[in-house]
Amino acid sequence: MKYVDEFRNEADARRLLDAIGRRITRPWSIMEICGGQTHTFVRFGIDRMLPEQVTLVHGPGCPVCVTPLELIDRALEIARRREVIFTSFGDMLRVPGTRGDLLSAKAAGADVRIVYSPLDAVQLAQKHPDRQVVFFAVGFETTAPANAAAVFEAHRRGLENFSILVAHVLVPPAMEAILGSEHNQVQAFLAAGHVCAVMGYHEYEPLAERYQVPIVVTGFEPTDLLRGTLMAVEMLEEGRWGVENQYARAVSRAGNRSAQELVARMFSVVDRKWRGIGGIPASGLGLRPEFVAYDAERRFDVSAVAAEESPECIAGLILQGLKKPHECSAFGVACTPEHPLGAPMVSSEGACAAYYNYRRGEAVSEATAHGGGS
Amino acid sequence: MTDEMVRDPTLMSCPLPLDDYPTVVLAHGGGGTFSRMLTEQVFLPAFGGEELAELHDGAVIEVEGGRLAVSTDTFVIHPLFFPGGDIASLAVHGTVNDLAMCGARPLSLAVGWILEEGFPMADLWRLAVSMGQAARAADVRIITGDTKVVDRGKGDGVFINTTGIGFVPEGVDISPRRAHPGDAVLVSGPIGTHGIAIMSVREGLEFETALETDSAALWAPVQSLLTSLGHELHVLRDPTRGGVASALNEIAASAGVGVLLDETAIPVEQEVKAACEILGLDPLYVANEGKLVAVVPEHRADQALAALQSNPLCRRAARIGTVVSDHPGRVFMRSRVGGIRIVEMLSGEQLPRIC
Repeated sequence: MKYVDEFRNEADARRLLDAIGRRITRPWSIMEICGGQTHTFVRFGIDRMLPEQVTLVHGPGCPVCVTPLELIDRALEIARRREVIFTSFGDMLRVPGTRGDLLSAKAAGADVRIVYSPLDAVQLAQKHPDRQVVFFAVGFETTAPANAAAVFEAHRRGLENFSILVAHVLVPPAMEAILGSEHNQVQAFLAAGHVCAVMGYHEYEPLAERYQVPIVVTGFEPTDLLRGTLMAVEMLEEGRWGVENQYARAVSRAGNRSAQELVARMFSVVDRKWRGIGGIPASGLGLRPEFVAYDAERRFDVSAVAAEESPECIAGLILQGLKKPHECSAFGVACTPEHPLGAPMVSSEGACAAYYNYRRGEAVSEATAHGGGS
Repeated sequence: MTDEMVRDPTLMSCPLPLDDYPTVVLAHGGGGTFSRMLTEQVFLPAFGGEELAELHDGAVIEVEGGRLAVSTDTFVIHPLFFPGGDIASLAVHGTVNDLAMCGARPLSLAVGWILEEGFPMADLWRLAVSMGQAARAADVRIITGDTKVVDRGKGDGVFINTTGIGFVPEGVDISPRRAHPGDAVLVSGPIGTHGIAIMSVREGLEFETALETDSAALWAPVQSLLTSLGHELHVLRDPTRGGVASALNEIAASAGVGVLLDETAIPVEQEVKAACEILGLDPLYVANEGKLVAVVPEHRADQALAALQSNPLCRRAARIGTVVSDHPGRVFMRSRVGGIRIVEMLSGEQLPRIC
């Protein structure tokens, strides 16, 4: 498959691994921002092929994981209403709120549907004028343009029965929160290529300057990540900082202007709470005042719904890269994909799910030791 | 469990964690860990019995003059008609294949239809014709049946149950427990095709593809394997819901062995790969129909592969891994770039991701 196979090539992967091994002289901690990148690292076993001096710190870039608990509870409250068709991307459905998840709400009779594009939800609203169609607008800058387009389209068609429950978050403020923390261990970032495909990477330049940190815009395939890691290691070893672009086949410095314009037209920057991390100023998007009619939180008056996290779950530390999933006492015991305590165990992009699915327990090292093909 | 409880199962409390799942969720039918939980913690304790405890695709019973295999399967697929097949042909293939996975030549089927009030008669006729054709092609007779109609809104058009019996030839000894370290793991062709073909026409996800289901009766290739290997055919499995990953995890758990897969050796159609990339799915977990997984001794692997490939359904059969003594109960895979990772059983349902 074009654009996939050539980036999953073992010979290239080996060459890049060798290059990293030759270049590195001391330990470095590198954070990959996006959960999709974490999954590639772990799914292909690359994290264990890297030289020991490289410590990968898994970043907060999993939209499912950072959506605050109370927003999940609000989603549940809205979804349980008889007049509502609640639509969402698939991986939000199993994220536990305080009482149950959207899948169990569905089992209990709520009309919860998976859609693959927010525009499908707009279609549904048109098809069911007697129902209220709500879309769970979750994600980073990557999904914001499509969600903006959905509101734009509903507005254009005059659909009064469509609204979105907004949980949009932005990457640069989260990076700033990590870099500004006194506990920060991250020395370089692999920035999320897909976010940058939309936003470009100019907004990372001031961050790189202020904190004197290397930031490499990186793709999602195995050799993308290895090349990104190599570039970061080179910058670290040479004492350089700034923004470099590994993912030039998809990302330009300016990004996708029309997508940015659409987002700016429908949304404005607001303060947001991040699950496990807490409030970060100016770290998310909310509908602009002229479009608040499409805000599901207002339409269904659920802003008062509040929630507390499970005390056992250390998702916050995981999402800030301060702990690894297997360092959590609940990991694989009280918290599994069947009974997740926190969102990182649910989402296909969550770090805990990645560790659970691809490298649970000590058996991994045995398999590696006795590895080899079949 | 006490003897008293075995005699009177109503004395037992439901062993599932009811606090977490007070009602049935879709994942309980998904073929992964939730389904297994239901079988092992609800049905097995309530029914008992060593045939059931085998947790195979079907059961083999001794009768005078030989052995019979029995299997049953219920079909609730949506949409009812999909590229390359429909629920009725699938209902024949599914049960015939479960019998074949016991090494049994399918003999007869019993068919139960649950129809929803208002279902178009013309569609029912199409399904009946399709079922008849599929049965004739699989050389199996439909010898009894039952029809029920439920109120409008209480069914999804058509549900079908098929129960089959088959004859197990002398010398056949197929069981998931027979996977031995050193054995080769084979798959009869590209995986995930059926699941993706169905998804491509599901409401809300229509995408253009030329993919058709590869649903088919598998007795012919099983017969080739038995002719070629006889007693040395150790394990057969029909990797339907939960995909190849879940089937191999079940084998590993039953036999107390490990499995090491080689990602580059696993055949997957380009279109299936592309759809999986876009939707964030893993072909190892996508449902198959008309595919089998076989475990055979190392020294017979090439012969088994040739036997499979001699059948038009299995031209692209491949060896995808090896049974190992390390990490018993677990499946591992050497990835395309050379790293090693665990391959878990499907947990819940595969859910398409956000971005």
